[in-house]
Amino acid sequence: MHRGKGMKFVGDSRVPANRKPNIPKDYSEFPGKTEAFWPNFLLKEWLVGAVFLIGYLSLTVAHEPPLEKIADPTDAGYIPLPDWYFLFLYQLLKYDFASGPYNVVGAFVIPGIAFGALLLAPFIDRGPERRPGKRPLATGFMLLGVAATIFLTWESVAYHDWDTQRSQGEIVADVEVDTEAPGYLVYQEQGCIGCHGDSLEGGGAAPGIIGTEHTPEEIADIAVNGIGNMPADLFQGSEEELQELAEFVSEVSNQ
Amino acid sequence: MLNKIYDWVDERLDITPMWRDIADHEVPEHVNPAHHFSAFVYCFGGLTFFVTVIQILSGMFLTMYYVPDIENAWRSVYYLQNEVAFGVIVRGMHHWGASLVIVMLFLHTLRVFFTGAYKKPRELNWVVGVLIFFVMLGLGFTGYLLPWDMKALFATKVGIEIAASTPLIGEQIRTLLAGDANILGAQTLTRFFAIHVFFLPGALLGLMAAHFIMIRKQGISGPL
Repeated sequence: MHRGKGMKFVGDSRVPANRKPNIPKDYSEFPGKTEAFWPNFLLKEWLVGAVFLIGYLSLTVAHEPPLEKIADPTDAGYIPLPDWYFLFLYQLLKYDFASGPYNVVGAFVIPGIAFGALLLAPFIDRGPERRPGKRPLATGFMLLGVAATIFLTWESVAYHDWDTQRSQGEIVADVEVDTEAPGYLVYQEQGCIGCHGDSLEGGGAAPGIIGTEHTPEEIADIAVNGIGNMPADLFQGSEEELQELAEFVSEVSNQ
Repeated sequence: MLNKIYDWVDERLDITPMWRDIADHEVPEHVNPAHHFSAFVYCFGGLTFFVTVIQILSGMFLTMYYVPDIENAWRSVYYLQNEVAFGVIVRGMHHWGASLVIVMLFLHTLRVFFTGAYKKPRELNWVVGVLIFFVMLGLGFTGYLLPWDMKALFATKVGIEIAASTPLIGEQIRTLLAGDANILGAQTLTRFFAIHVFFLPGALLGLMAAHFIMIRKQGISGPL
């Protein structure tokens, strides 16, 4: 590099006036089968990227991104679940040694040690050796961490009620419910409203009714004998009330 | 013509050294999958960057429709997904990209760890890389609330409860994130929007610049 006296600049700027030609380096003299990044290797990288993009787009087209119904802070029955990459932290908080009075252990001590060690790995594993087999402690702890993460995620997925998860947040069509109808009064009095909601939209404890397309006979049968998680004998009214309820609910269920 | 434009700019700004730094450097044999197929593990970092670029682009398009307020957030997402041409693709790419970027980051971290590439003199680059990982998890967490659906609200509630159980400063963290000591609502949504769209991407771009400058400065680590 030219320094000191005799330097020429472009105008009054700090850009040197004498140009260097833009000729790429000759990589044939480098050890090994070295290749220039531009444009040789970049082209290959783009090919890898293109293949990756095809998989990515296939995933996007095959699976619509999920959207549940609009947030309703009053629905206390909703069971929340974080995104899959947070499941291992979430699962950790469910064990006795890491929850309740020991919440600090599960929420801060264990993740803090694990992520702190990850952050400071170069200062913990200081030896010059790079091969995994030659640094058994570093390799061992990393494998332990990965295995623990996979195990916790698996536990979380395996013991989750996915059917409830799917139904509890479903978007339901906005249906006009006639709250003056005699059937609705029965719906209120018999406590159906407690689980199925005041617009028959369902909640954490029970599915919505809109769009299920039941006949009055089926509704009457379900109200008396139960279905799925719904126990029998929830309906305690008269035959006449049952008829009113069944017709009203059936009408809504067919909307 | 192009050469003339290049020379014209180069005369004024001396861009040839910059071009050398960015484009004209060697790719050693041991990281080139064309020579050793097992070297595909060296692609994970580049693919992470690729997904990150897609996340930034798709996110920019999402903000053309998204409204960060509790009345309209869900409706704007619903509209984007069901009415806007290719809206479902844009939202889908952002949604699945969030998962893919975590997967690629995880694989890249394992590759760097098991090849011992974080050893002297590359300690600082490892630290910056782990910070990028934390920022990505933060982006995942804050992005989750924005559609304002049931999952968003209740998962965020749990997350904020966990943050609020921090010893000593828990309540302050809760107020900082949620905008209120008790309510998770309109304030929380605008805060998470600001964090997701401005604060964390700003931090991410800075950290990524540091990550790449350090790679160019030190070169890629040698073969095992």
